[in-house]
Amino acid sequence: MNEMTYLYDGSFEGFLCCVFESYAKHEILTAIYSDEDFVPVLFASRTIETDFSHAGRVMRKIVKVSPYAADLLRRGFLTCLPEREMYLYRLIAKLLREGPRFLGSLSDETLYPVLKAIRNLHGEAQLLRGFVRFSELGGVLGAEIEPKNRVLPLLRGHFCSRYQNEKLFIYDRTHREILLYADHKAVIAPLEHFEMAPPDESEVGYRLLWKRFYDTIAIKERYNPKCRRTHMPMRYWNTMTEFQGTDYFKAKKSSADDPGLSAPNEKSALAIPPESEPSAPASAP
Amino acid sequence: MELLDKLTILSDAAKYDAACTSSGSRRGFRQGYIGSTTSSVAGCCHTFSADGRCVSLLKVLMTNNCVYNCKYCVNRCSNDTRRAMFTPEELAELTIGFYRRNYIEGLFLSSGVVRTPDYTTELMIKSLRILRERYRFNGYIHAKTIPGTSPVLVEQLGLLADRLSVNIELPSESGLKLLAPDKTKAAILTPMRQIETRRTENTEELVKYRHAPKFAPAGQSTQMIVGATGDSDLHILRLTQGLYDQYKLKRVFYSAYVPVVENALLPSKDVKPPLLREHRLYQADWLLRFYGFRAEELLDEHNPDFNPLVDPKCSWALAHLDFFPVEVNSADYETLLRIPGIGVTSAKRILVSRRCARLKIEDLRKLGVVMKRAQYFLTACGKMAEGLRFSPDSLLRNLIAAERPGLPQPAAEQLTLFDTIQSA
Ligand code: SF4
Repeated sequence: MNEMTYLYDGSFEGFLCCVFESYAKHEILTAIYSDEDFVPVLFASRTIETDFSHAGRVMRKIVKVSPYAADLLRRGFLTCLPEREMYLYRLIAKLLREGPRFLGSLSDETLYPVLKAIRNLHGEAQLLRGFVRFSELGGVLGAEIEPKNRVLPLLRGHFCSRYQNEKLFIYDRTHREILLYADHKAVIAPLEHFEMAPPDESEVGYRLLWKRFYDTIAIKERYNPKCRRTHMPMRYWNTMTEFQGTDYFKAKKSSADDPGLSAPNEKSALAIPPESEPSAPASAP
Repeated sequence: MELLDKLTILSDAAKYDAACTSSGSRRGFRQGYIGSTTSSVAGCCHTFSADGRCVSLLKVLMTNNCVYNCKYCVNRCSNDTRRAMFTPEELAELTIGFYRRNYIEGLFLSSGVVRTPDYTTELMIKSLRILRERYRFNGYIHAKTIPGTSPVLVEQLGLLADRLSVNIELPSESGLKLLAPDKTKAAILTPMRQIETRRTENTEELVKYRHAPKFAPAGQSTQMIVGATGDSDLHILRLTQGLYDQYKLKRVFYSAYVPVVENALLPSKDVKPPLLREHRLYQADWLLRFYGFRAEELLDEHNPDFNPLVDPKCSWALAHLDFFPVEVNSADYETLLRIPGIGVTSAKRILVSRRCARLKIEDLRKLGVVMKRAQYFLTACGKMAEGLRFSPDSLLRNLIAAERPGLPQPAAEQLTLFDTIQSA
């Protein structure tokens, strides 16, 4: 068997095609990359085209052996585990070699790193269910986040059912993806650049009220910044209303200066593009 | 008065209430409504205030006007402070505005007593009605039941709220007489009993008619102030246990007394709030609710207060060394839970994993066991952690050191405690 490095398009299906290819060609993978810049030139490498029928075959095989493993792979793919493709690849290899029994052993050396990463993903999604801050902009609720993991698929079910009659979007600055929801339809799509529109008077009013509430509710005799940081790491503060500077609490001057600012990025939040190819696997309906 | 001012006054006056969880009620979305409630044990924290406490709900008072004169309270009628009152419309609009922006999980509404308990409760009911009916709000609501409110109004409040609470505040009747002369034990326990009975009925109704209106589906809770009176930890913990057993309370909250007034009957204003004691009570409360401990196992007449140096579970373990070490490959769930450093999650993971393969010491950390603490109390395949040597003395020292960084009281005070214990 040859040792080989693969380059793929970064999608979950693309990753499954790498698995397919390595089995079809009897190649042992030493690394899987989605970004050309990171492929070390010294090693033999190949680019794998994404073929949905190949991806489907791999997935069906895995589901047959263990539906639970298929779920682990989908979730594992969303994590920020460095070289996650290789960890998942090894998990598949072990599964096809030995069967699903080791999946019950939570400290298993192949399984544990993936489980740990998934716990971290769920932990981050749980925190963000609380920490996401929406602004109302022309009737649309919009938010931005900077998560380490790709949490949008995990946030989708929660926010879309909670605000079922609203139009909303959440932009993930880290992974350059946006979750769009309107008329009971949700979509996650890649989006390179995004900038939030400035707030109007009423939005600023709520921001001020919240900031004031936040500052008032602490008991000064119990001041404990370390405890606060433990529960709410500072990397989340950047997108939270209560920690923004004074500019965040100023309204745009008047609507005449700034015509047509009903929603950020024109109407992207209102008009949902046709079902684009699934860039992230769905874990929530 | 501006809304911003009102909010400032009425959240400032509400901040001493410890309860801020949105837990215990699982309700998905509802067609045509806004909002949902989550099912996780801790509820959902939307931020943490500078004192490190979870902020889940918009916690405010309807008004801080109060005709009562509880000596420990900033809102008592004899205190010279700015007063304000929300109109029901304002409060409902504010809640929805915050909820839509995901600032909060819902509303925690309490109030000073304006005119009478009934008058106050009617105002609260009116606000909640607007929220539930006009704004079709399906999120979490926690409402305070004011002692002395008539049963009809408690009923109405319970149909609008997810959780009701009646605060005991002072853990003994003598404390009440002395510090809250307008309140009696009976006035507190009557609504508590009513809520409990009504919830039992409601459970039966819901079995028969799926669409029967729900009465306080997230149950009831209460709060006790710690350190305003001389009551011991044993007394407080027994009372807690009684409330869980007899009144089916979902939560008991403890609030370290923050001296806000100079009064001969209360600790002076330079006394720091007893945060460590509050922390120990929460740890013990957790043991009662999830670990199968009983109050009598943790404290007794000879040791009526918690050891400030080690947590209640370690204390128990140190007093029962003959119970240990426990073999993790064969012990049942209840026994695993008795090991310091093993919690509900790690105990469950142990049960799952050991079905596939016998567990070794190195596996345990990966299952979430805190080995710093647990290693002294367990074996895996008959073996303890390699190279582990300890005497009863060093064991105690190590356990103290393992917990210290996470404790709420500053280091200096820890030292004083340490000194007093050693010299005693
Ligand atoms: S009744 Fe409540 S608000 Fe009024 S003084 Fe007593 S504790 Fe304070």
